[in-house]
Amino acid sequence: MKFGVVIFPGSNCDHDMIYVLRKIMGQEVVELWHKETSLQKCDMIILPGGFSYGDYLRSGAIARFSPIMEKISEFADKGGYVFGVCNGFQIACEAGLLPGALLHNSDRKFHCKNVFIKTQNNHTLITSGIPKDKALKIPIAHGEGNYFNDAESLKQMNENGQILFRYCDEKGNITPEANPNGSIENIAGVCNAKKNVFGMMPHPERASDTELGNTDGKFLFESILSLVQA
Amino acid sequence: MSALAQEKEIVVTVETAKQLGLLPEEFEKIKKVLGRTPNFTELSIYSVMWSEHCSYKNSIKWLKTLPREGKNVLAKAGEENAGLVDIGDGLACAFKIESHNHPSAIEPYQGAATGVGGINRDIFTMGARPIAQLNSLRFGDPKSEKTKWLVKGVVKGIGDYGNAFGIPTVGGEVFFDDCYNVNPLVNAMSAGIVKVGETVSATSHGKGNPVYIVGSATGKDGIHGAAFASKDITENSADDLPSVQVGDPFQEKILLEASLEVAKADVLIGMQDMGAAGITCSTSEMSAKGEHGMKIYLDKVPLRQQNMTAWEILLSESQERMLLVVKKGKEKAVEQILDKWDIPYAVIGEVTDTKRLEYYLNGELIADVPAESLVLGGGAPVYTRESKEPAYFSEAKKFSAEKIKEPKDLKEVAKFLITHPNIASKRWVYEQYDSMVGTVNQSTNSPSDAAIVNIKETERALAFKIDCNARYVYADPEKGASIAVSEAARNIVCSGGEPLAITNCLNFGNPYNPEVYWQFVNVIKGMGAACKKFGTPVTGGNVSFYNQSSYEGPVFPTPAIGMLGILDKKNRMTLDFKQEGDLIYLIGEMRDDFSCSEYLYSFHKVKLSPAPYFDLEEEFKVQQAVGSIIKKGLIRSAHDCSDGGLFVTLAESSIHSGKGFDISTDESIRTDAFLFGEGQSRVVVTVRPGDEDKFLHEMMARDVDFCFLGAVMGDEMIIDEEKYFKVDEAKHLYETSLENLLK
Repeated sequence: MKFGVVIFPGSNCDHDMIYVLRKIMGQEVVELWHKETSLQKCDMIILPGGFSYGDYLRSGAIARFSPIMEKISEFADKGGYVFGVCNGFQIACEAGLLPGALLHNSDRKFHCKNVFIKTQNNHTLITSGIPKDKALKIPIAHGEGNYFNDAESLKQMNENGQILFRYCDEKGNITPEANPNGSIENIAGVCNAKKNVFGMMPHPERASDTELGNTDGKFLFESILSLVQA
Repeated sequence: MSALAQEKEIVVTVETAKQLGLLPEEFEKIKKVLGRTPNFTELSIYSVMWSEHCSYKNSIKWLKTLPREGKNVLAKAGEENAGLVDIGDGLACAFKIESHNHPSAIEPYQGAATGVGGINRDIFTMGARPIAQLNSLRFGDPKSEKTKWLVKGVVKGIGDYGNAFGIPTVGGEVFFDDCYNVNPLVNAMSAGIVKVGETVSATSHGKGNPVYIVGSATGKDGIHGAAFASKDITENSADDLPSVQVGDPFQEKILLEASLEVAKADVLIGMQDMGAAGITCSTSEMSAKGEHGMKIYLDKVPLRQQNMTAWEILLSESQERMLLVVKKGKEKAVEQILDKWDIPYAVIGEVTDTKRLEYYLNGELIADVPAESLVLGGGAPVYTRESKEPAYFSEAKKFSAEKIKEPKDLKEVAKFLITHPNIASKRWVYEQYDSMVGTVNQSTNSPSDAAIVNIKETERALAFKIDCNARYVYADPEKGASIAVSEAARNIVCSGGEPLAITNCLNFGNPYNPEVYWQFVNVIKGMGAACKKFGTPVTGGNVSFYNQSSYEGPVFPTPAIGMLGILDKKNRMTLDFKQEGDLIYLIGEMRDDFSCSEYLYSFHKVKLSPAPYFDLEEEFKVQQAVGSIIKKGLIRSAHDCSDGGLFVTLAESSIHSGKGFDISTDESIRTDAFLFGEGQSRVVVTVRPGDEDKFLHEMMARDVDFCFLGAVMGDEMIIDEEKYFKVDEAKHLYETSLENLLK
């Protein structure tokens, strides 16, 4: 499978994602510079984490205007797979590829730590291989990860299976205490209605290398490969 | 009148020199170098280059007595922007620590942020990609509103800058004491990796080669920052606010990527970042090193604001700027890379063979000075200052432990210590730093005494530790500095690594105070002795004097040691208890000593006592023993005894594993000393029962004391059959107390 990892100025999780896809998952990966306009026939486009353009205005607000984003929108409209992690999730929301918005964490502080998330829909490209009811340990690292959407949209998203992950405790209980940033309904990850664009705040690429002592994130990449390559 | 005209109007006298922080004899020396009286611009140049911050004039003589040679050292102290150490596999590690104390004292957010920016530029200016950051912070009374403001600002500044820059913060220390009330210490460390032979030097040569300024435009921020760093903090220090620079981590990130791309392209003669003293410092240091000169046209420097005078442009400490000397004919290749990253740049001059720095403004030569005369190792002055043993030193030796009554309720002491801000978890601080970006931090899920950073696709990893117990250093500068080096080494050994080299950040009061200078000299002696013993040369660092206020006196002498180590990943050792039933042993001798401990200082409020027991030979033997039993696979956890003593060591191994312990104390030693004493050279290890014979056999063969303490057991902490805490309860206290205090 061929992945394209987009590099915006200020991206800083780009090489972590490339390392996991290339060295650990053994896949073909190309780097897509934000000024480019060709997606090089990739099967999936990844918007990595970081601080695109410094994120001084609002996370992802400038990056969505990069030349490559227009092509990515066209690609997604045609059903192409797009996956945004952390800043990539913020950019996808700003670009209208995903519903909702990511606000400042409720305590206004940046948080980097391991959290637990529980899969809410096991029938999507990135979740199908995750053991049902397993609380995945995946790290977060963000200051603006507080997911928000209005009640009507949330209702539709819930009904349509667009909520992918919710923050939970170690045992899988979805509680207010397990919510690290104030996200509405403990939402940690979502997809679009057509289920070809995915976004999440936690970093699965930071939990995919046995040398780091946690490989819960690998379930997501294995899911993608098992469905696309099958 | 134009700014330039105004500048030329100034009549320079010895009074002008004094106002700029120069001594009368230094003014005479400048006149001798130039053969005439300097103009104001030239005087400004000398005033920053000969400031303590840039010239190390009061410290360099002693720094040169530190061990600086080693088989792995590729760039020695003072040779480049950071030390460079061979780490095998064709790779080298560039690493350095630096202070940003005074800016942080008056503007904690920007002060700390630009400290992080500055130290990272020192690493990537050598062509190395930063892979890990650490920091060492010291504040005053955590209950005071001012300290809370400082802590929050500094932590947010480090986080906002480091997180966006995208290099993980893997370790550090935070310490509180009233001596830092006015003058906090903010020391930032960075380390990077580069292929051996692919480094870039901070040099300049080859007549006619173009000189580029790259990165942010130059503004009035940070002017005279180096001079500001070289004086005491007073009630008027807030007036120096324009001396504090403003950071832009996004610019730094693209500057990093562009610089590394340029470094790889074989187009550079040399590169240096602009930190203290801005264009002046980078042009003079590069020229002096390459034994050439430069013509610099200041009107070509992109400016952030109008009406800047020549000396303002020369001395501006605007952040995120680099000076590049490019091979003639390679301009296009360089500009293509800079354009790709949308980084501003300008050609501002050229290399000459005159060894002079000639600065022009609008066609007029406004300063002309020999490069060599400005720099450390060249014409900058060198002094030793008067030194005198302080009265408190002999006073401390009168301490008698017998006068301290052992408290009836030691559980109360235990609770006091695990919730004390110097001992409790610093989670509230470190969770605001991105510790995992780069996917190299091997300590996140497997904690150990030192931070372990993976070198991907090799069999090895790097180990880092920042350490300094300044209370010990105050009590006994020589012994305390030896302890700081030893503890850093011990932490690396307990993580399965081998110490390689150190960088140091030497924070002291005013060097013209003989008692402060005595502290400085003795710290150097103690540090040198320990570095020799462990084979860890000093590869560079930073001296920060004048850490004192006009009304509170000097801070504790605080030589923060940043140590680099290396380990085979198969030898990795962690600090958490592993399995119920494992046997707990103490390696090293238990002593009836609680001198200088947090227990004595904070619980009994005895502020003066000698440094705790320490013997360098004994320390070395303990570390050799621990290293050996780790390599032989005989232990399952290792955690050294430090602040708070044995009890805190055991509690931390419990808290990180959720497993309790059951131990007995020794009747021949006071129980409070046994549990809370901070005698050095001790490590708690756990042994699988099946390995005990082999472990004992190995230990018997060594000339190192050790004793059996008890076993890993249940979910409670039990000492002499008394329950101290449930592990969950201790964990909650340990992890939340700092947060509650700072609210």
